[in-house]
Amino acid sequence: MNRPHRGAAGSRGLGTMEVKSKFGAEFRRFSLERSKPGKFEEFYGLLQHVHKIPNVDVLVGYTDIHGDLLPINNDDNYHKAVSTANPLLRIFIQRKEDADYSAFGTDTMTRKKNVLTNVLRPDNHKKKPHIVISMPQDFRPVSSIIDVDILPETHRRVRLYKYGTDKPLGFYIRDGSSVRVTPHGLEKVPGIFISRLVPGGLAQSTGLLAVNDEVLEVNGIEVSGKSLDQVTDMMIANSRNLIITVRPANQRNNVVRNSRNSGSSGQSTESSLPSSTPNILANFLQGEEESDEEDIIIEDSGEPQQIPKAAPTSLESLTQIDLLHEPTQNGFLPSSEVNLNHSACNISMEYEVQNPDHKSLEEDGTIITL
Amino acid sequence: CHHPQLPGHPPSTVEHGFPSQPSALAYDPWLRVMAIGTKAGAVKLYGAPGVELTGLHKETATVTQLHFLTGQGWLLSLLDDNSLHLWEIYQKEGCSHLEETRSFGLPARPGSGAAPLITRVTVILPMAPGTVACLGTEGGAVYFLALPSLVLLEDKTLLQDEILQSVPDDYRCGKALGPVECIQEHPQDAGRLLIGYSRGLVVLWDQSTRTVQHLFLGNQLESLAWEHSGKNIASSHSDGGYMVWAVGGSGQRTQQPITATVPYGPFPCKAISKILWRTCESGNPFIIFSGGMPRASYGDRHCVSVLQGQRLATLDFTSRTSCGTNPAVPGLGFPLPSSLFYFLFFIQQGFENPRALVVLVEEELVVIDLQTPGWPTIPAPYLAPLHSSAITCSYHISNVPLKLWERIVSAGEQQSPRLSSAAWPINGGKNLAQEPTQRGLLLTGHEDGTVRFWDASGVSLKPLYKLGTANIFQTDCEHNDSLNQAGEEEWPPFRKVGCFDPYSDDPRLGIQKIALCKYTAKMVVAGTAGQVLVMELNDDKSEHTVSVATVDLLQDREGFTWKGHDRLAPRNGPITFTPGFQPSVLVQCVPPAAVTAITLHSEWNLVAFGTSHGFGLFDYHRRNPVLARCTLHPNDSLAMEGPLSRVKSLKKSLRQSFRRIRKSRVSGKKRLNAGSPSSKVGAEANAQLAEQAGPPEVEMTPVQRRIEPRSADDSLSGVVRCLYFADTFLRDATHHGPTMWAGTNSGSVFAYALEVPSQEKFSERAVEAVLGKEIQLMHRAPVVAIAVLDGRGNPLPEPYEVSRDLAKAPDMQGSHSMLISSEEQFKVFTLPKVSAKTKFKLTAHEGCRVRKVALVSLASTGTEERVENCLACLTNLGDIHIFTVPALRPQVHYSCIRKEDISGIASCVFTKHGQGFYLISPSEFERFSLSARNVTEPLCCLEVSRLQDTSCLRWVRPRAPHPPWKHPVVSILASSKGAQESPGCIWFISPRSSEEVERNMRNASEDEMRPAGILIK
Repeated sequence: MNRPHRGAAGSRGLGTMEVKSKFGAEFRRFSLERSKPGKFEEFYGLLQHVHKIPNVDVLVGYTDIHGDLLPINNDDNYHKAVSTANPLLRIFIQRKEDADYSAFGTDTMTRKKNVLTNVLRPDNHKKKPHIVISMPQDFRPVSSIIDVDILPETHRRVRLYKYGTDKPLGFYIRDGSSVRVTPHGLEKVPGIFISRLVPGGLAQSTGLLAVNDEVLEVNGIEVSGKSLDQVTDMMIANSRNLIITVRPANQRNNVVRNSRNSGSSGQSTESSLPSSTPNILANFLQGEEESDEEDIIIEDSGEPQQIPKAAPTSLESLTQIDLLHEPTQNGFLPSSEVNLNHSACNISMEYEVQNPDHKSLEEDGTIITL
Repeated sequence: CHHPQLPGHPPSTVEHGFPSQPSALAYDPWLRVMAIGTKAGAVKLYGAPGVELTGLHKETATVTQLHFLTGQGWLLSLLDDNSLHLWEIYQKEGCSHLEETRSFGLPARPGSGAAPLITRVTVILPMAPGTVACLGTEGGAVYFLALPSLVLLEDKTLLQDEILQSVPDDYRCGKALGPVECIQEHPQDAGRLLIGYSRGLVVLWDQSTRTVQHLFLGNQLESLAWEHSGKNIASSHSDGGYMVWAVGGSGQRTQQPITATVPYGPFPCKAISKILWRTCESGNPFIIFSGGMPRASYGDRHCVSVLQGQRLATLDFTSRTSCGTNPAVPGLGFPLPSSLFYFLFFIQQGFENPRALVVLVEEELVVIDLQTPGWPTIPAPYLAPLHSSAITCSYHISNVPLKLWERIVSAGEQQSPRLSSAAWPINGGKNLAQEPTQRGLLLTGHEDGTVRFWDASGVSLKPLYKLGTANIFQTDCEHNDSLNQAGEEEWPPFRKVGCFDPYSDDPRLGIQKIALCKYTAKMVVAGTAGQVLVMELNDDKSEHTVSVATVDLLQDREGFTWKGHDRLAPRNGPITFTPGFQPSVLVQCVPPAAVTAITLHSEWNLVAFGTSHGFGLFDYHRRNPVLARCTLHPNDSLAMEGPLSRVKSLKKSLRQSFRRIRKSRVSGKKRLNAGSPSSKVGAEANAQLAEQAGPPEVEMTPVQRRIEPRSADDSLSGVVRCLYFADTFLRDATHHGPTMWAGTNSGSVFAYALEVPSQEKFSERAVEAVLGKEIQLMHRAPVVAIAVLDGRGNPLPEPYEVSRDLAKAPDMQGSHSMLISSEEQFKVFTLPKVSAKTKFKLTAHEGCRVRKVALVSLASTGTEERVENCLACLTNLGDIHIFTVPALRPQVHYSCIRKEDISGIASCVFTKHGQGFYLISPSEFERFSLSARNVTEPLCCLEVSRLQDTSCLRWVRPRAPHPPWKHPVVSILASSKGAQESPGCIWFISPRSSEEVERNMRNASEDEMRPAGILIK
């Protein structure tokens, strides 16, 4: 038995974290220092060492808190894996030559139960051609360029997916003026511009928005004639599903339309939306209506309570939701209820969004109606 | 197909209250109307209650003087840009309107070059019979202007040189005489003018012979007044004295007055800015003057002195302040000026015999009854000083039952027995507006803890009753009335008049929310220090102890320390209450943060209240708390800060007050510089002002706005924004029952099912509340309002409305739904199972946020039966949107309030029948109407009698014989025949364009209806 090098496996001290690594049919358990996970290369070496496969090229994956199998192939996603692992980090290792790339991605662990068995018995599976970069479905969308086929090439319509990420939207807008062609010739007209991108924010990380881009529309509504405050309010009101049409300050990176397949080129990372049609705007507005905001309603069981004793708080109810939603959790509850409340909220909202038709909980007792 | 219409304006129907920043006053004794001009260039005419006309100068400039051409319906105004304007009262469709017809500017004197001040008009005197006006100027010259054509009569101009020729050296006050300070017409002989120059020389000038008849030399001159017979004049001076002179024949010179008095001497006094002298059949003449107070001890008081024989009253218009005036330490005792005099005049019977004295001060109008011993004030039926203490909230009740109305009126009458019973003297014109079909009550809550009840049924907003809440608490300032009591022995004999007193004793007393049940006369008033007072109307006075309860809204949440103000300490023991609303229970929230929402259900005897920390439910019958719920977010530290900014703002307001004193000392002089900042009355005027007063556009780094969704732990997310009671289906679809709803700043809604015992068992069983539902709006915007709609989609009626047969019973068969309005969207949910039915995302579509909403019923103009329930919504841009209910389809939208006018938007209240009020200045409510049926606007008629037919000004037409006119102007004409020299043909010179002539021809045909008089020469 390979006992881990550092620390005891069972230790649940704050600083250490349990790792359960699987290669083929073999499991290895060891612990890592959560605060100092080190570099990916070291970790890769460590895995090769504990599985005694020093010269085998492997692909490393882990299951995140949503139960998705996600790859670990650089320092960033390695650190992400370590920091989000709760309470233990599950690692899956595949030989590179018989790796199944489709196993990675959103909902993979829950969607296709057989994927795991494929991973576990790689020899059952056909060999696939090597693809060096990861597949689109490995990632959760954070933004997309849409409606390329119906917009002028100088404009860009960007959709930001705020849900499912804790990143701030991270941008600021300002007043400014732009030059327009009008019946009276060129005229200077007031406009709204992006004035700042917060480093690490969603807007910056997409690379689709830049400082000095002029904002033309917010969720299909033109901003011309509206004040900065109005546009701010419109954006915040739509912030959970924000679609802004901009005229990029830098016009050299515009999507060049190919004659035929504009529809597909218009969807760079879009996966969940219906394929673009000329009527896409109506479509996404509708889609937004459906998915955007489902208010949470908590119905109380109606047991008469002695007043003024406090009735069950939303905190507790949400905790219950949390547990229902995360069957993979082993019942461990973090000590801070406050944080739990936040994450629980986020999770439940996201859950609804991703499963708009999910009704199983609706009649399921008194807890929640979607 | 449901596109909102293009934004229009809802008819702004009338302005209620006191015009902001008045600057001029005039009275027409024949029409019996007065005119008030404002710093914003507005002109407002007031006659009998309901008779109101309004005009606005095109220029945003202060109206410095107003003069009626008596009886003729013409009004001359002088602005501080030195332009003269002629206003005309004209008739259209049977109603009178006010319109500016022409304007005039004195040409710069040739050769005087770079001294525009020379022709600055200082004095205007329209001479009888109103065909000529004299203009005195800064340069000392007197010009004559033909009326109403405003044509300069150049040959009559009287330059100073001409006067100086007949003035001996010892009467010349240095090189020049100074500006013309005063011109008064001889009361018996209009051909003679008394002209007073600033440096002290007064001349009696005969116009026909162009000679100086009499010279007087006194001190630096402020004002002049004739005695009725024309034998004496009085002059007032900058040293605080006045002199009486005898007027003799021609060619006299006088350096010695008959009497010279400094009434408040012997120590140095301030100037007497205006003096009036009126004889009286019944005794000694009245001498009335403003100012003249001893400089050192009372230099900061604003007083008018009334002297009749040995009787002297010093009417003190200075407002009382937070700690009472402390005369021993002037300057530190805060005698802040509420008042600046702009004008005072008599209302007369005949030529003399003064009936009343009208004083317009900066913040109110005071009328003194001079015929009743003791000279009491006459209560005004309009121009109410709404802002006598700052308005902190307002509340409107429609269709007030007659019984309650009468009880409130009677409570109000018992409050002010000392006022004069004389009829309101300014009563000209006829009110043509329909009698209001229902009684409307507007309640205003004030910073000093008072609630004022106003009759808002018609055009003029009449005060009915004033309720004070300060006496329930221990406050520091109970020795406040020392000012009045010390009066007997004091010299001068001050008498406090007026009620403007904006400086609150204790900001915690401020009223935040009001709710009144018009069927049971139960009222709830809640304030800044978390106090909730349950009151009931009692027709008799009473002495009782108010029971006190506290409700802890933090509910054992740990880690919070309230850093704001203390709660108000209730007074111990029984307190005496005058007839009116008397408190029975005081509930105090802990922590004592300002109450942000209340609601009352008089049938269930429940009151719900909320603060920034949570909400509570109180049974005022059993006097015990039913429920307390904390809504505070664990990370919210700001909610515990308390209104610190308020303390700062109090300091700031004090500082500003001092600045104002200083400023008023400078600008209190009669003439304001052209460049002085001016402001506006009326919504339109305010807008102009905002543009004008704004700093010049400076290149600045552009403002940025952060785009981030609201998060759960935004500060102040726990503020309770609305509370609502409804009898509806909360738990299941078969049993309805009492429910309570609460909405917060973070988009949470809490619904409680209430167990309310039946009426008979109220005393035995306690009310219980059980949490039924919690709704978290995903967009987290503050919940502004909650309402339940019955099976037909109509809002549920108020308590007792059905049992008193005043509303149809709600449909309890069909399924109910719930309308939630957040700052961003409206949503209708089904009940009892909460799921969204319809919604309208206002902010996402329009970029505006909801500020106020109300369910209003709009009746069709055709039949009263056809009533539609709509949702009216005022946004942060000042627009009003109307939506159908429950379909939430946008119907119309209007732009109503300027979006910069934040306090205007915050002050808006809707009435149930589609009207609304908002403050356009601290002292004025603008009333608007969304309903075509329900409009309150002034419709009135003033019968004018013109010396010249108006039409001859506009269009030359053959003169038809007109009915003979007879009115007091005849007598003036008779007594001033000598003045009839002005060439009559001038008015026939029409300098107008052909287009205008055409328009006038059209007008002229309408003019046939006018009862205009004509002077046939």
